[in-house]
Amino acid sequence: MSSLFSSLKMMTKGAMRCVLITNHLKFFETIGNFQLLQVTVRDALNQAMDEELERDERVFLLGEEVAQYDGAYKVSRGLWKKYGDKRIIDTPISEMGFAGIAVGAAMAGLRPICEFMTFNFSMQAIDQVINSAAKTCYMSAGLQAVPIVFRGPNGASAGVAAQHSQCFAAWYGHCPGLKVVSPWNSEDARGLLKSAIRDDNPVVVLENELMYGVAFEVSEQGLSKDFTIPIGKAKVERPGNHVTLVSHSRMVGHCLDAAAVLAKEGIECEVINLRTIRPLDVETIEASVVKTNHLITVEGGWPQFGVGAEICARIMEGPAFNYLDAPVIRVTGVDIPMPYAKILEDNSTPQIKDIIFSVKKTLNM
Amino acid sequence: MRKMLSLISSALRLSAGRTGSRVVVSARTYADFTPQATFDIKKCDLHKLEEGPPVQAVLTREEGLQYYRTMQIMRRMELKADQLYKQKIIRGFCHLYDGQEACAVGIEAGINLTDHLITAYRAHGYTLTRGGTVREIMAELTGRRGGIAKGKGGSMHMYAKNFYGGNGIVGAQVPLGAGVALACKYQGKNELCVCLYGDGAANQGQIFETYNMASLWKLPCIFICENNRYGMGTSVERAAASTDYYKRGDFIPGLRVDGMDILCVREATKFAADHCRSGKGPIIMELQTYRYHGHSMSDPGISYRTREEIQEVRSKSDPISMLKDRMLNNNMASVEELKEIDVEVRKEIEDAAQFATTDPEPPLEDLCNHIFHNEPPLEVRGTNPWVKLKSVS
Repeated sequence: MSSLFSSLKMMTKGAMRCVLITNHLKFFETIGNFQLLQVTVRDALNQAMDEELERDERVFLLGEEVAQYDGAYKVSRGLWKKYGDKRIIDTPISEMGFAGIAVGAAMAGLRPICEFMTFNFSMQAIDQVINSAAKTCYMSAGLQAVPIVFRGPNGASAGVAAQHSQCFAAWYGHCPGLKVVSPWNSEDARGLLKSAIRDDNPVVVLENELMYGVAFEVSEQGLSKDFTIPIGKAKVERPGNHVTLVSHSRMVGHCLDAAAVLAKEGIECEVINLRTIRPLDVETIEASVVKTNHLITVEGGWPQFGVGAEICARIMEGPAFNYLDAPVIRVTGVDIPMPYAKILEDNSTPQIKDIIFSVKKTLNM
Repeated sequence: MRKMLSLISSALRLSAGRTGSRVVVSARTYADFTPQATFDIKKCDLHKLEEGPPVQAVLTREEGLQYYRTMQIMRRMELKADQLYKQKIIRGFCHLYDGQEACAVGIEAGINLTDHLITAYRAHGYTLTRGGTVREIMAELTGRRGGIAKGKGGSMHMYAKNFYGGNGIVGAQVPLGAGVALACKYQGKNELCVCLYGDGAANQGQIFETYNMASLWKLPCIFICENNRYGMGTSVERAAASTDYYKRGDFIPGLRVDGMDILCVREATKFAADHCRSGKGPIIMELQTYRYHGHSMSDPGISYRTREEIQEVRSKSDPISMLKDRMLNNNMASVEELKEIDVEVRKEIEDAAQFATTDPEPPLEDLCNHIFHNEPPLEVRGTNPWVKLKSVS
């Protein structure tokens, strides 16, 4: 009960400070109604960390600006005040160093959450993520576990240009020993982050900066302290019969928007939210393709060797291939470093019209 | 008294005959050995420290025999690995530690098994001092199921309790070690982490990042640079603008230690451990040591240094010889006793090598296991779409 009230307090503050980026943001439902609550993705992540910090004293958070600044994107707001220096640690700008320190701490029995201010900076530390974290359980034949979470915003933001806009889903999704999740809405964010923290293995949580301020309805069950979403299971956000749209993170919203437009023309899209990049839930996609016979993947990242490319390969290798009436289509970011000018940036990632166009193409309309 | 005993012993040996049983004659009783002695050790160079470790060390007979035995085991184990590698029974990377035994054994003598340790790829010696058996280590080198990592890791990836490997990426183990130290401080168990790296790794950026954070947060971390004068084929003069590795931590106090003298290493480690445990934060130790082998088994080790140099170190500074001479000259052990230990060690190594060459390779069913910890079984894609392998944790 008190956690709900404190979440309400945080949400009020959050709502006032939030920059309204998309048209999804809704205002509060009646406060007396506890069945469905509006929670931003930022607050969902914050609550998840707060609850896990409280639940297990081995959990701690480290990263740049996570403590006294309340988080570069305010995701860790209030946590330092509540838990102090021991458990919420500000680091110097030393990604390789602090990622390695986080992995070492995980090896020695703690459960660190290592925040990268954006995953672009994780490239400096990627050796620690892959060689020290991901591979160690295997190399030690199970002797040495690494219960660590790497989290932070991934992919394109707004106007931050090439070096700050890369999507790392394909890079991390490539590596055995890692689990990689990519939440879309608040419920995803809560459930997946909690699962990640409770998981005894290295988990990469690819958040999205543009989604932080977006509010979604979360059920009472979704707000409970032990609410987790299993890693490795996709969710059908919208059932449909004519075409399957598979996506992750922010693009799920685009797919739902496209589906709403197409529904007016009588085309019913089934929208699948991957939730997890690795391990990929191929079964859910296959079951959908068996029903719809058409598949389109939608991602923000680059096409070559990307998430969509992997889904294409897996569908071809599995039973769903025989149910395809057309080749799988990938809707992806443009194969260029991200430009700065707004008109160029807008045309560098999939827009709703690209999804609609692809649906009509595959359905031969 | 002694003359009489030796007369009797030779008489008995003669009477035992050529093929007869070996007559064990105790020429001296234990009461005749010096139980302990004090030795002068080299003074350490200091950086940002008012005082250093003591310049004298007390060695008891038991300690001496134990250090001798452990160093001999380490030496023989590495030489056996050399042999097996040349027979192609060990493959891939094999970085041998012979010459540096005083470092591993001396460090362990200065800390507890409840403390933590991490090192780079020249790790066989540390795997031993941290609790691995020779059998397990050799079987891991030969890639058998009885290996310490079930054959999954190999030379560079051996683990034991409070020993975090065995790390293949140069320098990456240093932040990991500081992380272990952070966990020690966090959990409040008065433990520390010994974090080793070489003279080559000392130029890695992530080490300086680690120095900064370890010092800021006062982590109980002993950074130890094993300076064996060469990073692969590059001498320290060609790699480092400053070869005073014990000073490279700048704001972190440092010691330069004679790494060929086990007592020097032990005393310095004790000093460093006290420093950490008293909450003063990290400290750096530079151990000046030497490796007889090349960088790895694929490096003959003589293109960048002379045979004379190697020979000189072997004859003047060998850590095992130094300890042996000390003990013999101070009547702390007998030649026969040490020879007996040598024989036992040889046998232990032979047994281990026998095990390592006859133990079967891991079963193919193990191929995909241990990807994750504490995880329900999962399916893993094989080399083609029809091969579906199983992974259990």
